[in-house]
Amino acid sequence: MAKQILLNNIEVPGLAGFEVYRRLGGYSAVEKALKNFTPDQVTEEVKKSGLKGRGGAGFPAGMKWGFIDKKNETRYFVCNYDESEPGTFKDRFLGQMNPHLLIEGMILGSYALGARSSYIYIRGELFYVLKILEKAIDEAYLNGFLGENIKGSGYSLDLYVHPGAGAYICGEETALLESLEGKRGNPRIKPPFPAIVGLYGCPTVVNNVETIAALPWIMNNGGEAYAAIGIGNSKGTKLISACGHINKPGVYEIELGLPVEEFIYSDEYCGGIRNGNKLKAVVAGGSSVPILPAHLILKTAKGEPRLMSYESLAEGGFETGTMLGSGGFIVMDDTTCIVKNLLTFSRFYHHESCGQCSPCREGTGWIEKILTRIENGQGTMKDIDLLVNIARHVEGNTICPLGDAAAWPVASAIRHFREEFEEHVKLQRCPLSK
Amino acid sequence: MSLIKVTIDNIEVEVEAGTTILNAARQIGGSVVPPAMCYYSKLEGSGGYCRTCLVKVAQGSAKDPRPMPKLVPSCRTTVQDGMVVQNITSPEVMENRRAITEFLLINHPLDCPVCDQAGECHLQDLSYAHGLDETQTVEERRTFEPIDIGDKIKLNMNRCILCYRCVKVADQITDHRVHGVLGRGDHSEISTHILKAIDNDFSGNMIDVCPVGALTDKTFRFKSRVWFTKPFDAHRECPTCSGKTAIWMKGEEILRVTGRKDKYGEVEEFICNDCRFNHKEIKDWIVEGPRTIERHSVISQNHYQK
Repeated sequence: MAKQILLNNIEVPGLAGFEVYRRLGGYSAVEKALKNFTPDQVTEEVKKSGLKGRGGAGFPAGMKWGFIDKKNETRYFVCNYDESEPGTFKDRFLGQMNPHLLIEGMILGSYALGARSSYIYIRGELFYVLKILEKAIDEAYLNGFLGENIKGSGYSLDLYVHPGAGAYICGEETALLESLEGKRGNPRIKPPFPAIVGLYGCPTVVNNVETIAALPWIMNNGGEAYAAIGIGNSKGTKLISACGHINKPGVYEIELGLPVEEFIYSDEYCGGIRNGNKLKAVVAGGSSVPILPAHLILKTAKGEPRLMSYESLAEGGFETGTMLGSGGFIVMDDTTCIVKNLLTFSRFYHHESCGQCSPCREGTGWIEKILTRIENGQGTMKDIDLLVNIARHVEGNTICPLGDAAAWPVASAIRHFREEFEEHVKLQRCPLSK
Repeated sequence: MSLIKVTIDNIEVEVEAGTTILNAARQIGGSVVPPAMCYYSKLEGSGGYCRTCLVKVAQGSAKDPRPMPKLVPSCRTTVQDGMVVQNITSPEVMENRRAITEFLLINHPLDCPVCDQAGECHLQDLSYAHGLDETQTVEERRTFEPIDIGDKIKLNMNRCILCYRCVKVADQITDHRVHGVLGRGDHSEISTHILKAIDNDFSGNMIDVCPVGALTDKTFRFKSRVWFTKPFDAHRECPTCSGKTAIWMKGEEILRVTGRKDKYGEVEEFICNDCRFNHKEIKDWIVEGPRTIERHSVISQNHYQK
């Protein structure tokens, strides 16, 4: 059995309730931190742990905390629960099953950063999870882990859950802050970064649910113990939401460094491809990361086995590699039409573009229209090159990373599966449709 | 205040700390100034949206000479001492500017022949300078019906490039804003909740700041092509604003009144609606003399010289 940090007690009945969570050792990290640690020492532990942001970008969490402007008395800690990337559903599962773990992590993070009010910004569609979280927060207040003078430590914290209205873009941290302030969820132009000017103009740290949920374990066992798990600079465990054409879709906790082949084929995890079909391609980290064909996802271009880690998946750059991203692992077998799959992704990005800056606003719509034509057999060879060009000019030219997220799937699908696009054009139809 | 050195397209200039790359380039002037469709120096927080002014920073500063990894919006990036910027000398910047121009045009109706803004349109100038000769799109454009967004203001959303200038005008120089951006992505639109809701002494400035023909003056609509009218500096005693305007005449008739715009198309001072819409008689004004239009566009042709 692999190392379990986040999903350790996930199957215990009643875990979402305070009683059970507490009985299993819950909130001991908060007690320990408030009693024996200064806020800076908590930050130090997180830095030692090497924990990276689990939302997708993989930025070291401790370093992000280190940027916060401590001169300002009012600081905020915000949890990014706007998980909406196609293929990613790990946070939904975690918060729904173990809400107190997230709350405990929120208290630890808030204490480390000196925040008096903290927010969980949850995606609007996850309203039932919001209900679960609100119930858990009430329980935490009742038992003295939230509110004035937590457990006699002199530290006070208020925690709020705020639902979004269903916009993917509000998962971008500055758009999230705008939305939290009650404004239109448009990403801000950076710099300044939230660590300097964040929520209501005050220094703010925004972290992903899974990042925050890892904090109690780090506090209990020490940063060094966490850093001992994993491989290279990929420390600890990662939740992977596996979906697509596999026998056992679901949320798995893996120790970083697990071979991709083992993850796909072993019975402990995905359990192989459905109906014994052949693996065609994998999108390893949520819809925005580059798609890889079977031979490149199982082995790097150098022929080494590909591992589930930040470094190994990125091996080879975007030419032959991809990213760990948010851990949305989408597996496709040989019945999948790559063009149609790309069209689905592109339709999503077109729908979710906020429209603030021109390359993304216009580019995403254009990409979707061209792909629709190709998939319907009305494309031309010129369209394929045009798609590559559009993607190239959207990427890196936008205010926020949504532009990149929309461009990478297009560029990578054409890079690795160009023949399939050409076949659509030659046959004037989708070769895989009946 | 100490001055810092920055090099733009091999031209060195000394500017105050905190200046943006775009404003540093404007101090040099001429062809090294990046085009700006959404930045407006008189509106706080404007810029960063259209991406036409993206430039390459080949050297971050004297202290940290690393180049910036991506192209940066010159209107929102402040200069550092010893920064080296490439604008027209960078093929990458020019190639991207071509692409951004194309993005701005793929849903634009290209109805210049019937658009009041033609001749003084920034998008028109941008596409002359950076656009392709032929379109690469076969797709249908997204369309909206033109609406009266205020009593005297027409909104043709098809032409809008979502620069947010009119939103910022309403935020910053009127007492309350009743219009904004509804929807998102390429189907987002400038609109009001209630029809013809914009009714404010300074709302007409939305027309002046609009870089394209999305917001036009209904009292001037279809009266004349702008280049057939002659601009004069004029002023009047106005209790609301400075009263300093440009009047645009054809023969003895005043066809429209606007703010006095500089070579970047920005007004020197915002004017009130009373001056703009209600004073179209020559007796209302004290005419100072012909106005030279410094902008390089159709509008600057065919005028009296000072």
